[in-house]
Amino acid sequence: MSASTDFLLAIEDLTVSFDGFKAVEDLSMYIDKNELRVIIGPNGAGKTTLLDLICGKTKSSSGSIKFKNSELTKLAEHEIVRTGVGRKFQTPSIYENLTVYENLEVSYPEGRSVFGSLFFQSDDKVRDTVLQIAEDIQLLDALDTEAAVLSHGQKQWLEIGMLLMQDPELLMLDEPVAGMSAKERDETAELLNRICQNRSVIVIEHDMEFVKKIARKVTVLHQGKILAEGDMDKVQNDEKVIEVYLGH
Amino acid sequence: MSFFYERFLGGKNGAYGFIILAVLILIVLPLTLDLFRLNLIGKYLTYAFAAVSLVLLWGYGGILSLGQGVFFGLGGYAMAMFLKLEASDPENTAIQSTPGIPDFMDWNQLTELPWFWVPFEHLWVAILAILVVPAVFAFIIGYSMFKRRVGGVYFAIITQVIAVILTVLIVGQQGYTGGINGITDLRTLNGWDIRVDSAKYILYFVNAILLLSVICISRFVLTSKFGRLLLAMKDKEDRVRFSGYDVSNFKIFIFCLSAVIAAIGGAMFTLQVGFMSPSFVGIVPSIEMVIFAAVGGRMSLIGVVYGTLIVNLGKTTFSETFPEVWLFLMGGLFIAVVMFFPNGLAGIYEKYASKIGFLKRFQDSGNKPAGAAALEEKAKSQGAE
Repeated sequence: MSASTDFLLAIEDLTVSFDGFKAVEDLSMYIDKNELRVIIGPNGAGKTTLLDLICGKTKSSSGSIKFKNSELTKLAEHEIVRTGVGRKFQTPSIYENLTVYENLEVSYPEGRSVFGSLFFQSDDKVRDTVLQIAEDIQLLDALDTEAAVLSHGQKQWLEIGMLLMQDPELLMLDEPVAGMSAKERDETAELLNRICQNRSVIVIEHDMEFVKKIARKVTVLHQGKILAEGDMDKVQNDEKVIEVYLGH
Repeated sequence: MSFFYERFLGGKNGAYGFIILAVLILIVLPLTLDLFRLNLIGKYLTYAFAAVSLVLLWGYGGILSLGQGVFFGLGGYAMAMFLKLEASDPENTAIQSTPGIPDFMDWNQLTELPWFWVPFEHLWVAILAILVVPAVFAFIIGYSMFKRRVGGVYFAIITQVIAVILTVLIVGQQGYTGGINGITDLRTLNGWDIRVDSAKYILYFVNAILLLSVICISRFVLTSKFGRLLLAMKDKEDRVRFSGYDVSNFKIFIFCLSAVIAAIGGAMFTLQVGFMSPSFVGIVPSIEMVIFAAVGGRMSLIGVVYGTLIVNLGKTTFSETFPEVWLFLMGGLFIAVVMFFPNGLAGIYEKYASKIGFLKRFQDSGNKPAGAAALEEKAKSQGAE
């Protein structure tokens, strides 16, 4: 058992096996407060599985995940969220039949119990938060638009906005720019640089151009293990990394 | 007042529909129909409780229950047990070998009132049972299924199986339940004869007012954050879960609430029709309730009441003339609605009413959408500073 650390997120000896196949194996990784970490790696490297493990969607076989020095692996999904971990899915997960405003409002972290939600009253604070975040994600003009008709990029932003409503200390984004146009990618990079000011962010990404724009520290995963870790230049010049990933 | 208007009536749009329905069932129908037909409408309106419960559970929650008849039946039987005990006083049952117990028990050689019947001597126990028993039963089913994340078609099948099991149980345990005939020959409610004309009128109005109240309460649930979460869960359950909500609790609650609503309908059915039998518990009534909701529009609390009335009027008319084809007609109707009008009558109304002048007025929503309202409020508060 490790002693308490200053890290926001400390993953140690994490292993998960699906019928003997180890998707993540003895993985240890530490995320600092206010750090933006990018995880890259070829398909099947275990990137999404790692996020699933942190947010509780998949249960680990062994190892520990400590967030603010408390163990996450034993908690239910919604309890993990309530400790301050937010996760964006790979495909945009928004509520298509609600408007942009309702999507954001429903994500506000109050009235989370059954009876709390029945008697939840939106107030000025909720309203101002919604409007502020709508502005951040450039959807202020589309507040009353049904989310179903948004463009793919706007949907991705809306989901990021829904996570920002919860003001998580750790935000995990799974391929946030997949399927976006070049302009949208630039805007997303700007958005990420803005929102990581006072929280830690983990981003999984394939698009190396995009990674270069946002990355300070990169972790390369390969076959469930860490292949390399460090700043962008170091990782790009690492021979092992070139061999399994960048070279292709 | 405006809180009541927005949250219980559903703003301008909801209030119009509600008032029109209230005028229809409280004034127009009682003034134009004879008592026999009015009593028939009253019976249909008890099914509308089940249809309203399906709007919450199926329309908004996305959880299809093919066992709402179970809860309708539980409510109906709880009421019937009380009425039967009152009708079975020793004086009325003096010719039985054991006077003082319901007739069907005597026929089945029971010599003592079973323990679970004893509390139903009191009206308050019966009323409590109508509300609590279905809720507890739904909680047990809901807890064991939703906590394990059983949903969708599996949930539908299991609720259907429960409907079969309960029917078999009721039919098989004749001595305790009245068997296939049900509980019949009900007479008085705390001494008040429910078979006379005046009682039938009063019960019709009690039933109609209860139905309107249930619609208001359901509207309150649907206009709350809870209602938006139901829609959200129906669409992206994982997103709700990973936004910090315990999804199963929300599903359990809406299942329990829908069970209680259906049970109130069942109890009112027993009072108005004068008996309760397993033919209102099993698969066929449960599926009929789903059809009422589908035809009326499963997203519309008001629409399903019309759906229930129309399907039942059709059933009464056609099943007398062509008894063999009625079930096929009903099945065809269900398929047609699902394929061509997924939002039922309410959907058709919403789509076409805007093209008809005088209906348009009812439709133009006076409510400002939430986003525009928020922007305006913010501008106002900044202006005030």
